[in-house]
Amino acid sequence: MPLYHNEDQAMLKDSISPFVAEKAPVAHLRQLRDRRDETGFSRELWAEFVDMGLPGMLVPEDQGGLGMGHMEAGIVLEEIGRNLTPSPFLTTSVGGVTALTKGGGVQAARWLPAIAAGQAIAALAIDEQARHRPDRVATTAVRSGNGFRLDGQKSFVVHGHVADILLVSANSADGLTLFAVPREAKGVSSDPRLLVDSSLASHMRFDGVELNADAVVGDVGGGQAVLDAMLAATRTGASAELLGVGQGAMDMTIGYLKERKQFGRLIGEFQALQHRAAHLYGELEVARATVMKAQQLLDEGSEDATLYVSVAKAKAGRAANLAVREGVQMHGGIGMTDEFDIGLFMKRDRALSEYMGDIHYHTDRVARLNGY
Amino acid sequence: MSQLDAFRAEVRQWLDENCPAEMRQPVTGDDDVCWGGRKFVFKNDAQKMWLDRCVAKGYTVPDWPVAYGGAGLTPEQTKIFKQEMARISARPPLQSFGIWMLGPALLQFGTEDQKKHYLTQIARGEIRWCQGYSEPGAGSDLVSLQTFGEDKGDHWVVNGSKIWTSYADQADWIFCLVRTDKSNKYQGITFMLFDMESAGVTTKPILLISGNSPFCETFFDDVVVPKTQFIGEVNRGWDVAKYLLGHEREMISGGGAGGDMRSLGAAMLKSVGANDAGELDDPVLRAEIAAFDVDVFAYRAMGERFMDMWKTGRAHPASSNMMKYVGTELNKRRYELLMSAGGSAALEWESDESREGARPRAWLRTKANSIEGGTSEVMLNVIAKRILDLPGA
Repeated sequence: MPLYHNEDQAMLKDSISPFVAEKAPVAHLRQLRDRRDETGFSRELWAEFVDMGLPGMLVPEDQGGLGMGHMEAGIVLEEIGRNLTPSPFLTTSVGGVTALTKGGGVQAARWLPAIAAGQAIAALAIDEQARHRPDRVATTAVRSGNGFRLDGQKSFVVHGHVADILLVSANSADGLTLFAVPREAKGVSSDPRLLVDSSLASHMRFDGVELNADAVVGDVGGGQAVLDAMLAATRTGASAELLGVGQGAMDMTIGYLKERKQFGRLIGEFQALQHRAAHLYGELEVARATVMKAQQLLDEGSEDATLYVSVAKAKAGRAANLAVREGVQMHGGIGMTDEFDIGLFMKRDRALSEYMGDIHYHTDRVARLNGY
Repeated sequence: MSQLDAFRAEVRQWLDENCPAEMRQPVTGDDDVCWGGRKFVFKNDAQKMWLDRCVAKGYTVPDWPVAYGGAGLTPEQTKIFKQEMARISARPPLQSFGIWMLGPALLQFGTEDQKKHYLTQIARGEIRWCQGYSEPGAGSDLVSLQTFGEDKGDHWVVNGSKIWTSYADQADWIFCLVRTDKSNKYQGITFMLFDMESAGVTTKPILLISGNSPFCETFFDDVVVPKTQFIGEVNRGWDVAKYLLGHEREMISGGGAGGDMRSLGAAMLKSVGANDAGELDDPVLRAEIAAFDVDVFAYRAMGERFMDMWKTGRAHPASSNMMKYVGTELNKRRYELLMSAGGSAALEWESDESREGARPRAWLRTKANSIEGGTSEVMLNVIAKRILDLPGA
């Protein structure tokens, strides 16, 4: 499979790109931020995503979706990144759908069609500490009555306060297990925090939440496989979104270099800036190839996907971070003002880079996967 | 089974039956490489056998047309062929500037007779080529070259000198940029081909910091070049040169100086040692190596994407400059880390254990990666202007 978009994918990009740019440019994020929107995204915009079939892109066709792959989802995520669009697409349509599809059974049958129809939002409740450590799980699921009783807390649950369904990792007597927990269930509480990028992520508590036996996603004690699939998909998706953030920041900065004059010349004429811009271009191109490789390997079900997901998250994180740092610096003083957009890209990069493992986490993982 | 799957199975079986075991070992030094040519001495029978078998199948240049000694593979088939070669760590049967650089230029600009004659020789490894581009006064500013070919009717008489001519002392023929019109800088250069045994050609190896002499000075003193021996049009050699530089950058960034694409950390476990957790026994070095490995795997994906796009005409024409820049800087970093990982053992210059200082010499050699074929700074200039369209001189 060649490592570029095929005709269908190129057509998808050609329709998604103007759609997101028109409906949800950076001004859209500013609107939500300035009115202190409590949902964290626009439900009207999500309804338009539904009209285009986007929430169910990864949902199998027999469950109401489009049955597409990570390459296609990445196209949407890159545009979301480029426009800093607040959206539940990553957690719901990529992470949530992947976990439910992998787990199958009752939960898949219940939630996948609902997600595809735009009737359900999903959030991922995985981390229990400030730095991403999905293997450190203190949340417990104890057998109780006809099912389980869930106790514990999770943090950095993006869209957790408004999600319909939460995917929660917990330790049961049989080992790590993933649960589909309705947010409305008794004992679930959320404490949404406004983050640096104006998104909302919750600290969530699960206090004696009673769940039916069929709330398990996949098998009891078999949570690792479902969790791994969900993490791989979400990390790859976050990488694609990071790529969009980086590309958006770079495009804006290159544009500025071509219009800003100092010393009687366009600042883009200065070689000191040209070389840094050219270096950045190379880093982003390499990141793009890497993200695409991870998407392709995931779609092929290849074993190499495990490695490339972390390579992609680390590389896209590095490249996007360079793009936003150079972006602010090359914009000079106005780069520090709230009025100009470049600073918003810097904030989004920081939050997205942290999500599901930062550069350092994934670089370390690359070392471990290679046996050192 | 799709046609490509069938092709993969066929290649796999052929390699299984025809690639000698000795040729399935990583290349550890320049003398493991088969360069071909009139003066080449095979290191062992396996090396010769491997070349002969590949020549017979067209596998020295798998994507060239069958009529010129190739196997006529499509881009998809070529990719599969390379994957299958890599799967068994098969060495390339033949490497040469003919394959990497002159060949693509001939395919693009050569006449039918030239293609049949020169390409077939290259594919069979019969003639080893060197490249006459840089001059003492024309490095990054290549177009200011002064070597001059005086028009004598049916031939030119060439005078001047070239520098950094790789392996000129071992090459049979040279492809050479020669000024044929002093009044026109860009449209006054002709892309000539001539035998290094022509009267008036002399070479002098240059001793480098690595202690080796892969490059030469090459002098031309009234060298006669028949007017049949040029590519493209007279005075339009710069077009050929630019095209060919793209391929040189492709080569340097891809299989060449882009270097080993496997995990460096895994390879360093033995020399650095592991702690109780099985991690490299120096946490800071481990972190640097891991960051490097991320970039290596990322660049591997970039190489794949670049080739997929380049071969199908999707790549930006200047994108090989980016590949060259990123790939060569990466390879320099690899050798800095290899030197650190090796400790004092990596300093040994003359000893059996160090294979006569193979590592420190290779480390020093990599410093040329970002100078030869266009410096990193020139690459960044090209990216800034041709891809990013930034203003100014």
